[in-house]
Amino acid sequence: MTDRLINFTLNGEAVSATVKPYHNLIDLLSQFDLRGARESCGQGLCGCCTVIMDGEAVSGCLSFAVRADGKSLSTIEYLEQDGELSAIQKAFIDTGALQCGFCTSGFILMTKELLKRNPNPTDEEIRDYLSGNLCRCGTYPEVIEAVKAAARSQ
Amino acid sequence: MNQVGRSIPRVEARAKVTGRAEYIHHFTLPHMLYGKVLRSTVAHGRIKTIDTAAAKAHSGVHSVVTASDIMKIVPHPYYGPAFHDQPILAVDKVFHVGQAVAVVLAEDPHVADAAVQLIEVEYEELPAVFDEVEAAKNEIVVHDELKPAGTFTDLKHLVGRKNTNIALDFQLKRGDPDGAFAAANRVFEHTFRFPTQLAVSFEPFVTVGEPRADGLTLHTASQMPSFVRLEIARLLGWPENKVRIRVPLLGGGFGAKTYIKLEALVAVLALIAKRPVKIAATMEEQFYIINNHPATFRIKSAVSDSGRVIARECEVWWNGGAFADIGPRVSQKSGFTASGPYDIEHVKIDSYEIYTNLPPTGAVRGFGIPQLVWAYESHTDIIARDMGIDPVEFRRMNILREGRPHATGTDMRDAAIDKVLDTIADEMNWKIPLARGEGKTRRGRGIGIGIKASISPTASVAIVNISADGSITLSMSTVDMGQGSDTIMSQAAADVLDVDPGVVKIVHPDTDVTPFDVGTLGSRSTFHMGHAVRLAAIDAKKKLEALAEEAGLPKGTNYPPSEIFKKRYGMQAGNVIGTATYMPTYVPPDKETGMSSDVTPNWMIGGAGVDLEVDTETGHIRIHKLINVVDCGTPINPEIVRTQISGAAIMGLGSALSEDVHTDGGQITNASLADYKIMGIHDIPAMKNIAVDAVQKNGPFGAKGVGESAIFAVAPAIANAIDDAIGVRLTHLPITPEAVLRALRIKENRPIEDDE
Repeated sequence: MTDRLINFTLNGEAVSATVKPYHNLIDLLSQFDLRGARESCGQGLCGCCTVIMDGEAVSGCLSFAVRADGKSLSTIEYLEQDGELSAIQKAFIDTGALQCGFCTSGFILMTKELLKRNPNPTDEEIRDYLSGNLCRCGTYPEVIEAVKAAARSQ
Repeated sequence: MNQVGRSIPRVEARAKVTGRAEYIHHFTLPHMLYGKVLRSTVAHGRIKTIDTAAAKAHSGVHSVVTASDIMKIVPHPYYGPAFHDQPILAVDKVFHVGQAVAVVLAEDPHVADAAVQLIEVEYEELPAVFDEVEAAKNEIVVHDELKPAGTFTDLKHLVGRKNTNIALDFQLKRGDPDGAFAAANRVFEHTFRFPTQLAVSFEPFVTVGEPRADGLTLHTASQMPSFVRLEIARLLGWPENKVRIRVPLLGGGFGAKTYIKLEALVAVLALIAKRPVKIAATMEEQFYIINNHPATFRIKSAVSDSGRVIARECEVWWNGGAFADIGPRVSQKSGFTASGPYDIEHVKIDSYEIYTNLPPTGAVRGFGIPQLVWAYESHTDIIARDMGIDPVEFRRMNILREGRPHATGTDMRDAAIDKVLDTIADEMNWKIPLARGEGKTRRGRGIGIGIKASISPTASVAIVNISADGSITLSMSTVDMGQGSDTIMSQAAADVLDVDPGVVKIVHPDTDVTPFDVGTLGSRSTFHMGHAVRLAAIDAKKKLEALAEEAGLPKGTNYPPSEIFKKRYGMQAGNVIGTATYMPTYVPPDKETGMSSDVTPNWMIGGAGVDLEVDTETGHIRIHKLINVVDCGTPINPEIVRTQISGAAIMGLGSALSEDVHTDGGQITNASLADYKIMGIHDIPAMKNIAVDAVQKNGPFGAKGVGESAIFAVAPAIANAIDDAIGVRLTHLPITPEAVLRALRIKENRPIEDDE
């Protein structure tokens, strides 16, 4: 199958990559050694593969890499700036809102999207917005606390 | 300053919130091949032919591997911790749907995925058996002969047994149960079923094999690096030190990543290809690799008129699937607690591990305890309600108190069953009567309580290395899969050495440098490895004091370590290495009676209280409050303990309310997160999570394990609350709205009729 060259913005930087037609965004990101978005269920149900594409959260496992052409991608790795964690990341640490950590990137990115749209969400609004993210360790109560702590600190 | 008892954040938290935590899921090596497994489509059958020609011809395929290739490297390719019954790839026969039959290797995983579908296998189907009670009749036999591994002495008597599906029969007999039942006024008997469920780690099974000049390295998502090493070495006929097992963090494990999963296959593939090989299971494949034991439990109790349980008979059939894995341990080590946390004079337990043609089952959070607690706490509640005794009072009359002998004969020590029970009752305001309601919504409450023995006897070894600048490295083979072991072990070492835990660096399991540990399972690490780390740190401290003396420093003075090294060696040089091995005492159960005076070094206690409402028109339940209480001794990190309690209880909710692997002729029909429903953020009720004030006196810093305790009793507490609300008793999990509604309609004498 034909390889294709795509150009896109990755965490603020203009980049290009050669991809196969069947590659998804996770395959693409692995070319850049960005591993925070991870394919788990492979069906867009768990949220472990969350990537932000042109300001919208997408499931990296269900999005073909070629779709990134001309677009802007951001991943969990861009939240830390110059060695300084973002308020959301700090809140997740302070509230103990992670266990195995496999789903954590997705929860943090979705929290960022939520707070961008709704700076002071209620518990129910948090649950609704994060309902596309699953955590098998069952860290949901701590995640809700983390979102509220992050909202307070912003 | 005490470092133990503080809620410091997890040491790996920063790596996890920045997406940079290391999992084998991401791991790649130059020149690496990806393997894709062809899995059996039949539950039991003879392989007539395997045609790999089309797959081999597919562009980009490196090779196609079947059992005959495997046997050139490993002539007898069978593995397993309890029985050597599981072939690396199917040899002549298949025993369950999903069994690995062949592998395609390619540089591009997508190519391997496409090519694997070109392999044609022709099977001669054989009769299959799926139900554990049915299989116990031995009318259809799964394996021709039993092949115990020899690792466990209590399995030796099974060598060469034929025409049986019973892989292990454990018996316990205390007192005179037959006589007690014959003389009893009140006898209760019920049968309960626990379905197939699974761990569903979000990082599916994954292993990378790397052939090296000096042997073989496996980079693997395993809870058991030490066992993997010795089993791979045994298969290859190599010394252990030629096999290196490296495990960074795990994206969940929950017991599923114990023993051998993909490791044996990947090891041999890497040796055949002479190149690094990676196999990463998909979420769907996880459903065919290892599941939790479905179980049928028949339980019978004789009760005095005053409400004392005098005798209890337990018969448990554990559905082990096609390969034993650790099942025979589950059915014995958990089986002996089948009579529950109760002080009963006459007890009889029969616990059978049974082969069937389902995918293999093994350890999943609780190691068999949730199956037992589901039955005995439902049964106990039915008795109490039937006799008109308050369920909390009934338990108070019957629970095992400190110093009393458990059914095995081992005395209860530091087992705060009473405290856990009282705390649940207090938190539920149990003394205040509950208004059940009269409309279509009815309210009820229920409790449950369970106990678990530590899997014994098992060893842990730790190494504490103090460098010349005073920085500390802790090497151990405990695997942090999210439970927080790296954090609490750094606290344990720091506490002894009187430093900040941040000074302690953890070396993740790497069998070339980290010492032996039986494994990270059964909530054993805090107790066993906690001891080893504490003792290794004490050893290092003593050696540092000796070094100070050699350096001519006056005794008892408080020089910083870096000064001691500098003084002794004239520069920043040297190490102090402290080491320790911990293994508790143990007396194996008597072969005839199953009795032992020392069957476990500690008891883990977990209980739940549920306050809920039932919609009598739809069968839906809504939990108002879930109280989770455990005795884990003294928590080393209280916040991590609270999260463990909460997380286990949430997994328990899924187990109770929705998780159910559906099979049809051995085929799994819901092998995905779309159809196998785990708890999401909307499913979590108001919860309170409590570790009672307790001390495990023989534990490190007064602590014992906690990872499983809060899962034990969630399901029976829910079933008991439903009975309390609407007078309907559920005996099968999961408790779906449909199950509740069907049971309610049967009670109302208007059963739901199914369309034909």
